[in-house]
Amino acid sequence: MNKEIVAFCCEHSAYPAADLAGKQRLCYPQNLRIIRVPCAGRIDAIHILKAFEKGAAAVLVLGCEDGACHHITGNTRAKERVKYSEMLLKEVGIDNRPVGMFNLAPNEPHKFIRVLNEMNKRIKESREAK
Amino acid sequence: MIIAERKPMEEIKQMIAPYNKLLVAGCGTCVTVCWVGGEKEVGILASQLRLARSAEGNEISTLEATVERQCEKEMTAELKDKVAEVEAVLSLACGSGVQTMAELFEDKPIFPAVNTTFIGMPEKEGLWVEMCGACGDCFLDRTGGICPMVRCAKGLLNGPCGGTRKGGKCEIDPEKDCAWEIIYRWLEKQGRLDLMRKYYEPKNYRAVKRPGKVQAMQA
Repeated sequence: MNKEIVAFCCEHSAYPAADLAGKQRLCYPQNLRIIRVPCAGRIDAIHILKAFEKGAAAVLVLGCEDGACHHITGNTRAKERVKYSEMLLKEVGIDNRPVGMFNLAPNEPHKFIRVLNEMNKRIKESREAK
Repeated sequence: MIIAERKPMEEIKQMIAPYNKLLVAGCGTCVTVCWVGGEKEVGILASQLRLARSAEGNEISTLEATVERQCEKEMTAELKDKVAEVEAVLSLACGSGVQTMAELFEDKPIFPAVNTTFIGMPEKEGLWVEMCGACGDCFLDRTGGICPMVRCAKGLLNGPCGGTRKGGKCEIDPEKDCAWEIIYRWLEKQGRLDLMRKYYEPKNYRAVKRPGKVQAMQA
């Protein structure tokens, strides 16, 4: 899993967006491992920490847009948990592994790619800062 | 219920520094409810320690287990096989749970990962407030069910102190309600305001001899 971005993708938004990116033959970074989840709210701090333990370079949680969550508050909960995970990582002195939460709609493949590129940029920056 | 909070990470890391195989043990009762020592927190702390030690180039392996109540010998004894496999135990239970563990497994170092702080109740999601000082001489019958020893910042038995702010807030902490103001209002509702005019002798702080021991009345 080294150098990979682990992306937890909500099956109602980010997963169809990734699917659409493929259907439209859009290029996106190769260092990506998508994990389909029923809702971004399924993701807890422990999933993010374990992804890093397995060697992920960055973790992304991608959920529905604000107010559009199929499970009402899953995306807002995910945002809080991502913040909490960042605090947990910082607590043990690991601040060079980016974690991010982004909201996107199922018909936004370009945004999906933009997010991935942004994450790769952050990975590069954190490596250079080391 | 018993409320605790996790110790600073640096302190935990220092305690377990000489060990490379650890059991992170949680408790499924009070500390689970106050989000500090349940199954979830055990997983998170174990993962944090593995990540930290791996970054330092000094790998640690962890076992994780949570028992229903770590303060009961019968339940903690279930961890016997796991304790045998490790060099030390990091317990996320309250002080009572840690000591039960220490009593059962005398040959293993047991370290507390949390500070046990008070007996309290949840005020809202993620916020707990102290309610009882476990003094062993309950006074609640005279104060409308509010403990001034714990909830009054000055611990006054004959209150209020006279420094209550406008809106019934405490003069020490403006965020906090004055306990005696609430006592007055509740006794007023109950038609028991005469209790406010009584003078109470200084409290007996020796009601519980340390260490406390209680024998059940029923057989």
